[in-house]
This record gives sequence, structure tokens and C-alpha cells, in this order.
Amino acid sequence: MSALRMEVEDFLFHEADLLDRWQLDDWLALLTDDAAYFVPPNDKPDGNHNTTLFIVADDSVRLRERIIRLKDPSCHAEWPPSRTRRIIGNVKASEADGEITVRANFTLNRHRRGGDLRTFSGEYRYRLRRENGALKIAERRAILDAEELGHMGSVSFLL
Amino acid sequence: MEAIMAENKGRTKGETMRNSSEWVLEDRGADQFLVNRQVFISDDILQKEWDVIFRTCWIYIGHGSEIRNPGDFRTRKVAGRQMIFCRDKDGAVRAMLNVCPHRGALVCREREGNARGFFCMYHGWTFQTDGSLRSGPGLDAYGPKFDKASHGLVQAPRLEHYRDFYFINFDPNAVSLSDYLAGAKEYIDIVVDQSPSGQMEIVSGTQEYDIKANWKLLVENSVDDYHIITTHSTWINYMSNSGVDMRRPKGSLLPSLGAGKNLGNGHLTTDNPNYRGRPVARWISVYGEEAKEDIDNIRAELVARLGEARAARVADTNRNLVIFPNLVINDGSSVTVRNFTPVSPGLMKVTSWALGPVEETEAQRARRLHAFLTFYGPGGFATPDDVAALEAAQEGYAAWREAPWNDLSRGMYKSEDDQLDTDEGHIRTFWRRWKDLMETAA
Repeated sequence: MSALRMEVEDFLFHEADLLDRWQLDDWLALLTDDAAYFVPPNDKPDGNHNTTLFIVADDSVRLRERIIRLKDPSCHAEWPPSRTRRIIGNVKASEADGEITVRANFTLNRHRRGGDLRTFSGEYRYRLRRENGALKIAERRAILDAEELGHMGSVSFLL
Repeated sequence: MEAIMAENKGRTKGETMRNSSEWVLEDRGADQFLVNRQVFISDDILQKEWDVIFRTCWIYIGHGSEIRNPGDFRTRKVAGRQMIFCRDKDGAVRAMLNVCPHRGALVCREREGNARGFFCMYHGWTFQTDGSLRSGPGLDAYGPKFDKASHGLVQAPRLEHYRDFYFINFDPNAVSLSDYLAGAKEYIDIVVDQSPSGQMEIVSGTQEYDIKANWKLLVENSVDDYHIITTHSTWINYMSNSGVDMRRPKGSLLPSLGAGKNLGNGHLTTDNPNYRGRPVARWISVYGEEAKEDIDNIRAELVARLGEARAARVADTNRNLVIFPNLVINDGSSVTVRNFTPVSPGLMKVTSWALGPVEETEAQRARRLHAFLTFYGPGGFATPDDVAALEAAQEGYAAWREAPWNDLSRGMYKSEDDQLDTDEGHIRTFWRRWKDLMETAA
């Protein structure tokens, strides 16, 4: 059990590092071909993206388009790119039927010019799979704690 | 020290309060329309907007579908006031101040739900869903002259709806909502015609986010098609990469040539031939091959119900509609209802929802929500760049003394009937209305 958690923690810390460094192609390599990425709305954190309006609900096609956009200097919301720092903790992982289910807490500070600091906190939920011995992300969900997006504004970077 | 303060004070008086007739300048001879940037940063002007615009105009409070059953309620801030929007136990829609008549505390602190009544946690007064006072501990202490009937929640002086869009007005003498909406009704009708039964609903899930910019900038931005090729070039690339034809005809800034329209009373809209796909009912490759037949069926239903011409109007045109002052209905990639309220001159709170026909199948609803997020919302492929643009503009306005004017003159040399969506004629109609209201009150 704790061996699995340590393995998952190493994986999440590595992923956080790639995202905070904007190494987005390397991050893409952590995903399965059918990976999905979700940010549910603050008022329906357990909603289903097919029946509830999300903040982000990317299938694998749109997720790859999102990376193309984020790397483009014309992605004005992220140009110059935000400086982000995420701290991940309270990692819980369990494995069943070839999938690893993960829950972890996060705090993310996003800095922009002019002393603009926006803090995001919440829970990550993952479905991970093993492909050729390596962990891969099949689904990634960032669930925000706040009652509303409010001062956080946009989720224009990868949360 | 005192002298410096006095000097600064004098300067503030001389410079900060321009005469209201100088906030919006229109020179028809020079084809020039200018808005002073002070209107985006002045506390005094915002105070006047609260007093005039948000107190005498019809302000959107919610959609009937959000409170389907007796006892259903939503609490939200409307025109700066905490409100309860609910359906009472007899089925009547209510808009009441969420303010205890006793000592002013909120009587409902939940976002939404179904209630048999409302309860003030401060001193325990309870209210029926129609707002009347039901009970309270020890009310006998107020003596025999206590009039229970006059101690209910305060109802909005006016509450009216058009096709299930509910608005309130704090001016008891305001014109009817129907008269107020004027030409905007025609465009709301086009939106609602997407439903076979004429019933649209707000979809579950709320996007609530702040923009560090003046609220009027979102009015402009919501209908400004001039910015799309620049601000949203990554969205255009996304559409192109997905197989949508985004080529622009010669002389056009967008894949189709649209119009900007004045709908009266400060309402305005874009009215554009579709190029970006519509869940009802124009297929684009983003929806996937498997959706083609379904979209054809949706269109066939429109034609059978509305006839060929009206079906084409509904299915083949897009509109971004502003209901003065602060409601936007964008009927493009999907339908969004977007409401926004100032907090301070440089900060607004935005709430947006998805709207769809009640009859939609789960696959159709999923397609609508997927299409919504191609463009709209704080995680969409376009809205965050709008937010960045508005915040960048707001930053610039700090230099209003040296760089005082926003220019909204595009297309002004042409007649009102010839205004393109990429011109600024429709945006000028907002400013004219804003100016009229603010000056009348001066």
C-alpha cells in the first residue's frame, strides 16, 4: 500500500514539476491516448460533464489542442506565461482492475505581473494506468474548494 | 502639507468630475464617437450608475427553469442587492430581498434548494415562501400594535418575465418589461424557437468569475466582433485544426459578413450568418461524424415546425445579444446566458450559464456543453483572452488624464442600416442610452 503511494507521489511530483515549468510536450507524454482533463464548476464539484456545464471538459482531442494553444504567444491569457507553483499532499492511492485511483490535495499559487497573486486550492483525482511499466494519466480532474471561481478569474493554464 | 492637499483636492475637483455631457462625445460631422476613459475608473460615476441604471432599468434575476417546483429557490446578488428568486408554495414566482425585516440579516444563506420557508438564524424569525412573516420567538413583546403583515420580506417592486427570462425593477413606475425589451424580444424569440415546445432551460453548473475591469467593458466585448481575429486567433486555429472552414472572404475580417444592430432602449445585437457550428442545427466537424444524422433530424424538426425560412433564421444565424444594462445572451457556438455586476469601478463579478431546449437527448445536451467550452467560459478557448484584454484595457485607463478617449467610430460614416458586426454602430447605441440615462439624472 505505501509502496504504491510512494510510486504515485513520485509520479505526481514529477507531473507538477513539468506543469510548473511549462514543459507541456513532456507532460503530454504522461497521458494515455484517450486521456481526459476536467475542472468541474464550483457549484457542482461532483457533476457529470455530459449534463453539467464544466469549466474545463477536454477529451483527448481537445486536450492536445489546448496544449497547442498554451504554447502559442497569441494565447493572451497566458502570455507571458503565468508563474505557477503547486504543492501536492495527502496522497491516497488504490489499485483495482488495472487502474490506480488517486486523490490528492493541492495548493497552487499563480503569479502574474503587477503583484497579481491568485491562489487555487482543491483536490486532484486521477485514474492512472500502467503502460509498458510506466504510469500514465487516463483521467485528471481538478476540483476546486472555493464556492465560486471569483478572484481566481480564468483557468487558462493547466490547473 | 495642508497646502499640497488643498491643491490636490482642487485638482481632483477640476479634473475628476468632467461634466456628464463630456463623458460621451459624438461628432457626426467628423464621424467620430469618443468615450472618456474616466467612466471606467470613477467611483462617482459608478455610484450614479447604481442610483440610476441599476435602480430604474429592468435587471435580469433568473430563468424560470431554475425554480421549477413550489419551494425551489436560488439566492443571488442582483443589482448589488442580496435577493431570493423562488417559486412560492402556490406556484407564483417571487423576487424578494434576502434581508430580514427585523435586523437585516440574510434569511437564506444557501445557494439553491427547495424550502418550506426561510429562517433568520439571528433571532429566529421565519418566513413563508411568499415572503410573509410566519413566526418568531416572543413576537408578543412587540405589543398589540405589531402588524405581522407588514413585517414580511420586501418584494422587488416589479417582477416580470419574457419567455421565462425574469427581470426585476426597483422603480415602481418603470415601463413594462415588454415595452422595455423593445426590439430585443425578436432575438429572444429566435433563441427560444430552438425548443420544439418553446421551453429552454438553464443547464446545471454555474461559472462565476471576477474580471478586474469595469462592467461596461464586458458589454462592449460581448458584441465586439472586431477583436475576434486578433484576441481569438488561437480559437480560430483550434477550429481550423478541427476541420472547420475559417477562411475569410476578401474584404471580410471574419469567415462571414454579419451585421450590428440597434434594438432600442440600449439593447443591441450582432446578427451573423453562421460559420462556427450550432448545436441547433448546423453541423461542424468538431461534433464528430456520428452527430451528422442527429443534427439533420434537429433541423428537420425546425423546418416542420417553423417552415424553411424561419428554420434557417434559427439554425443558420448567430447572435450576441445585450439586454441593457448587464445581461448578455450569446447564441453562437452554444447558448450562454451571462450576467455581470460591478463591485467597484475596476472589478465586476460575472455569472454565466448554458441554456438549452428542455427536450434535448443526453447526446444532444453533451454536444451542446462540449461546444460551449470550445469558446466560452473561464476555461474555454476564447473567454480567458477576452478577460485578459479587458484587464489590460482597465490597466491603461489609469492614464486617463493624458490618454483620455476610447474611440468607437468604426462604420460611423455609413448609415445605421449598413453597420457590420465588426463596426461599432451597435456598441454606440449602448453608449447613447447610457449617456441619456446618466444625464437625465444629473
